[in-house]
Amino acid sequence: MTDTTSDERVKEMSSLRRALIRPELGGMVGTVAVFTFFLLFAFDSGMFNAQGVLNWTTVSAQFMIIAVGACLLMIAGEFDLSVGSMIGFAGMMVAIFGVVIGWPMWMAIIITFVICVAFGALNGYIVIKTGLPSFIVTLATLFILRGFTIFIPQTVESKTIIGGIREAAEGDWLAPLFGAKIGGPIFQWLGDAGMIATFTRGNREGQPVVDGIPMLIVWAIFLIIVGHLLLTRTRFGNWIFAAGGDAQAARYTGVPVDRVKILMFMGTAFCATVFAVCQVMEFGSAGADRGLLKEFEAIIAVVIGGALLTGGYGSVIGAALGALIFGMVQQGLFFANVESSLFRVFLGVILLLAVILNTYIRRLITGER
Amino acid sequence: MKSIIKSMMLSAAVVAAPLMASADGHGDDLNYVLVSHAPDSDSWWNTIKNGIALAGDQLGVNVEYRNPPTGDLADMARIIEQAAASQPDGIITTLADFEVLSGPVRAAVDQGIDVIIMNSGTPEQVAEVGALMFVGQPEYDAGFAAGMRAKRDGVGSFVCVNHVISNTVVAERCRGFADGLGIELGDSMIDAGQDPAEIKNRVTAYLTANPETDAILTLGPTSADPTILAVKEMGIAGDIYFGTFDLGTEIVNGIKDGTINWGIDQQPFLQAYLPVVVLANYDRYGVLPGNNINSGPGFVTKDALGKVEEFAGEYR
Repeated sequence: MTDTTSDERVKEMSSLRRALIRPELGGMVGTVAVFTFFLLFAFDSGMFNAQGVLNWTTVSAQFMIIAVGACLLMIAGEFDLSVGSMIGFAGMMVAIFGVVIGWPMWMAIIITFVICVAFGALNGYIVIKTGLPSFIVTLATLFILRGFTIFIPQTVESKTIIGGIREAAEGDWLAPLFGAKIGGPIFQWLGDAGMIATFTRGNREGQPVVDGIPMLIVWAIFLIIVGHLLLTRTRFGNWIFAAGGDAQAARYTGVPVDRVKILMFMGTAFCATVFAVCQVMEFGSAGADRGLLKEFEAIIAVVIGGALLTGGYGSVIGAALGALIFGMVQQGLFFANVESSLFRVFLGVILLLAVILNTYIRRLITGER
Repeated sequence: MKSIIKSMMLSAAVVAAPLMASADGHGDDLNYVLVSHAPDSDSWWNTIKNGIALAGDQLGVNVEYRNPPTGDLADMARIIEQAAASQPDGIITTLADFEVLSGPVRAAVDQGIDVIIMNSGTPEQVAEVGALMFVGQPEYDAGFAAGMRAKRDGVGSFVCVNHVISNTVVAERCRGFADGLGIELGDSMIDAGQDPAEIKNRVTAYLTANPETDAILTLGPTSADPTILAVKEMGIAGDIYFGTFDLGTEIVNGIKDGTINWGIDQQPFLQAYLPVVVLANYDRYGVLPGNNINSGPGFVTKDALGKVEEFAGEYR
């Protein structure tokens, strides 16, 4: 048999059809719809000036960072509800090590990453060893981490917000990787040329209001690219899909399912820690209430982005688009001047529409029931 | 597929249309945004919403209320940045955490937006961010005054029921109270959580374990209401010295029936109403009061309950 087209394992598919069954399609349609909507209703509200764009881009980038981790984990068939608590916990660890104990900031950051990723590994290990649903295991971690985040600073400092991180990070070599802004001169030039708004008074008069792109956004793009390449261009990516699709079948074909899942739990913990360190570097303090409900925001972004809650299907690009939609809607409704108490209703409606549309298109195209 | 997109756009527009219309009702050119640090679940801020709504109506200006849904202060910083990007005539905000919020507030001020700090913050912090003024109750001072009063009434030990343990500003009330009494705060402050049943049981547990406690201090209706139930169930209502911050229907009833000795009113209505008045008159006529405005502390006792009772939770 030399004729490959008659091989029963290979199915012919038109390129159009192949494009349409990509999981990120719904995210793309949603992004265009949301963009159009706000261009129509909020164009002259400040949403699309440099400052406004940076505002919703930053919020979207926050969602993207945690969505990348959550997306890969969800494709591998598991959930992590401890993401939000992990953000609060990681920020607090940086503050405890870097400010209270007084270690150099680079050491505080690295130790924090080690501790948090170890917690991620523990999550994965417990899920694998006990066979319990990750929903339950990470729900427990949610409370454990939140408890520590409140208990530790109260015990050592008798308060729940620890500041002074910006000062402690001054002159550090690692801290700018999370807290710096890039492209300052470009924005200064744009400001001088009158193309973006500048401060009109105070000690920053004449400087542009937007003075650079925060590292948070750079991290988001970096993680999306790494996540996307890992998922679509490597053997490990196939293992992730296999582990989430049918773990038993994957094991029979030699995929190290346990290792893949534990690594993905470590990945979500890593992403949450990146989020947290960027946040404490920007705002200069760690608070015990940081990151509340962020785990749901990550999952929402991933689901809008076309991943299946049951695992085995999804894409990092889709999750990133989901995060973009979510961030844009959340921030954009303010610019569109929607009444504040009703704005959550509207947010819910948009999310629901996005997910329904997503599922509908996929069923229409793939013919699944 | 085209029709799907079209119908989605259409339904989104239909949902949005009435919301937009309702927000644009005033038709005046002055726009103000009030940003609070309160999570959605905090009912105390309802008075703030009533206050800005009334001020907006009386003065013919638009005032928007914004808050981080979970009370996350980093989210609040984003909301301030977002408000500044929309170029309002003024921003009214709290300084719940100076480190987190001072950057965005300072940036708004430097863009030429007038800022008034309400509710939380110190006069030094307010001056440092370049805000016009502070309208609120200095928390430590209020706690201290309450502590002095309790000391005169013979109190020697207390428990502070804190339902917002993550907010350092509110905890200053407990610290001030302890200092006013002249005792160490120590383990007197308990983290009560936000759930009424949990608060009630934790207070009961504390008072059972520490029966020699002289006084209870609650920090708002969220912790006061379940605590009232707790002391009533334990049969010590009226026996134990009970002071609270803020007012609400249950607290007013507690003061009336003798369960609560006094409530400290920081007058949230004024914290919301006055900044709008100040900003509108500043924008229209260039007039500005020369100093910060203290909206509290005002002690509300059994003797002065008339108006308080009528408007508790609404304008008081």
